[in-house]
Amino acid sequence: MTFILTEDQQMLRDTALAFARDELPTTHLRALRDAGANGVDPETRKKLAELGFFGVIIPDEPGGEHFGLVGLGQILEAQGRTLAVTPLLQTALIAASAIQLSGDADLAGEWLPKIAMGEATFALALEEGTHHAPTNIATEAKTDGGETVISGSKRYVPDAQHADMFIVVGRSAGKPGDEEGLTLCLVPRDADGVSVQTLNTLDAHGAAHLSFENANAVANLGEAGKGWDILSPVLDRARIGLAAEMLGSASAAFEMTLEYLQTRKQFGQLIGSFQALQHRAALMFTELELTRSAVAGALSAVDTGRNNVPALASLAKARAGETLHLVSNETVQMHGGIGMTDEHDAGLFLKRARVAETLYGGESFHRDRYATLQGF
Amino acid sequence: MAYGDTAQLDAFRAETRTWLEENCPDTMRTPMTSDADVIWGGRGQEYKNPDAKLWLARMGEKGWTAPEWPAEYGGGGLSKDEARILKEEMQRIKAREPLFSFGIWMFGPALLEFGNEEQKKRFLPQIVKGEIRWCQGYSEPGAGSDLAGLQTKCEDQGDHYLINGQKVWTSYADHADWIFCLVRTDTSEKHNGISFIVFDMETDGVETRPIKLISGSSPFCETFFNDVKVPKAQMVGELNKGWTIAKRLLQFERQSISAGGFGSTSAGSGAMGLHDIAKYHLGTDGSGALSDGDLRARITKHMMYDKAFGLTVRRGTEEAKAGNDIGATTSILKYCAAKLNQEKTELTVEALGTEGLGWSGDGFDKRAMGATRAMLRAKGNSIEGGTSEVNLNVIAKRVLGLREHQ
Repeated sequence: MTFILTEDQQMLRDTALAFARDELPTTHLRALRDAGANGVDPETRKKLAELGFFGVIIPDEPGGEHFGLVGLGQILEAQGRTLAVTPLLQTALIAASAIQLSGDADLAGEWLPKIAMGEATFALALEEGTHHAPTNIATEAKTDGGETVISGSKRYVPDAQHADMFIVVGRSAGKPGDEEGLTLCLVPRDADGVSVQTLNTLDAHGAAHLSFENANAVANLGEAGKGWDILSPVLDRARIGLAAEMLGSASAAFEMTLEYLQTRKQFGQLIGSFQALQHRAALMFTELELTRSAVAGALSAVDTGRNNVPALASLAKARAGETLHLVSNETVQMHGGIGMTDEHDAGLFLKRARVAETLYGGESFHRDRYATLQGF
Repeated sequence: MAYGDTAQLDAFRAETRTWLEENCPDTMRTPMTSDADVIWGGRGQEYKNPDAKLWLARMGEKGWTAPEWPAEYGGGGLSKDEARILKEEMQRIKAREPLFSFGIWMFGPALLEFGNEEQKKRFLPQIVKGEIRWCQGYSEPGAGSDLAGLQTKCEDQGDHYLINGQKVWTSYADHADWIFCLVRTDTSEKHNGISFIVFDMETDGVETRPIKLISGSSPFCETFFNDVKVPKAQMVGELNKGWTIAKRLLQFERQSISAGGFGSTSAGSGAMGLHDIAKYHLGTDGSGALSDGDLRARITKHMMYDKAFGLTVRRGTEEAKAGNDIGATTSILKYCAAKLNQEKTELTVEALGTEGLGWSGDGFDKRAMGATRAMLRAKGNSIEGGTSEVNLNVIAKRVLGLREHQ
């Protein structure tokens, strides 16, 4: 495990920060929202492909380069800073990881180059209830003469409103709650029996409810019934990647607040000179530093193949959630009335925070999981 | 050998390993079981175990009690990497720290930076060998968080200084041989009227009284100075410029607290972890989880904070090694270390239930009583070495750049 970026990773970080700042500032999200786009943004997808951001964890493919999850984490952190809507978490991280972990050379040969070039986007169709419960799967995955047929419905699937392909978590055997019997399969968006209900979400990033009626999968990821062996490590990477994005959002909201404390005057004083606010700012800074370490440690643990990735993933996601929750609330409070207006970015951070906190498990999910992993 | 080390460092590691194998007595490779095992050195040190004396003598001779100090002042003269390797090799054989010393942790580093040649030659070798035990004369009854408000008077009497006043919270003053002390040499200026002076605690006019704490122990004293005569050569740095040294020294103090955490040697933090204590007293449910779900959640939250703290210490160490500025990262450590130790000791007492409510005698387990006293002692963690409130002020002003209230 290391906390120091390589020269290449540092360059990637600088590029991603500049790109988010120049091309995807919060005004971009605001424009998408006001146009009712629900996070659909083909222009940005094209630019991300040109930058090679889709292929950073895909070595040996045209367009791909191995910056590791640490590298991808830098990009996600940068996009979190401006609340940018991109398909990177679902496609560059989740789909690329799932296909690599499936160990299926044919699938890898077919899809990884397309991912790396930005030619195909994906969405992980996982949740069926309102809370993260990755084994609570009832969606049927019937394998019939090598073909898998999917029936069931999925809720609040990020990126499903525009993705070309769905990675559907179905069940071939057992009952909801079992790890055994899960099957991961690829279903094209335009397959017969697939319907997509686009959602206008709190954070304006969009998502979709999906339903499948005897929809044909084009392939299984790994063996039928053994999907958990892939899904579990993929989810840990997704949690870590999302935590990196949340760290970026929390850092940017904090910096915006700090700047306001140093410019806004009341009672003839900068409000940042009041000790009540100074201490709260210092406490936020403390939380951010701890969270930065947890995220960096988790990213690096994946790349170095450490066996404590599950615990570090839960640590990173829970910490990032707790920190972003605190910072997003304090951002509104310390800005006072202006922070309550739609015109100000404080509300955008608050809304994205609540979505990111919930996805792939909130604080209580990950605290419970951390305790269980420690045998407690 | 270790990843990333050069051939020269590998050779140093091999030599160090051999030396430690030959020179570290077997009984010095076992965990310390009580505060009596801790060696502070000095004129009054008694050695229950003669191996502890031998171990200190051997390490002191090599200068390895202060590995990174220059060899000309008795230190080990090691590079940062060599010092790290020494530490790793000591940990490998579970060697005890031969010496605990405010001289090494606080006074020595300040003297290296601010002392004159004669002072360094005179004081540093004694510190390395553990011959002189030092204490710190900082806080006064009227100067705690507002340390620069200190009043202990130091007057120029031509050929010597004359000191009158009182210090408080002087750690182990009743066992110390010498004191490094902040005194007021100019009453017309606050920060620029403070000087840094050192003297022998056996000098006429010095008196110490131990303070009994809520935990029952007495690690601190009140220290009184009544017409104490100090030779002029014993002022460190310039007259009225002591505040700069004082601030630097407080950084060393906070660093040593942050790096080691609180209470690492205190009783009660022994073999049984918080998890085990809680499970032992409260039992588990069918799935093996602690039966008290609320306490389980709170202990887990604490463990996760502790893990993030550990990762932050590692990140700071790596970034320092890579030459990055770590001032911002390390500023949070003292605050977090205090919070963590208070949480840990409180949760331990809560998990112990009534077993954690004993004070003395045979009716209670010794370790449980130690844990309870550790909880009481830990209340001081957010007060000593700069209160948590002062820590937050420092972060707000120095790191975040927020202004002073006008």
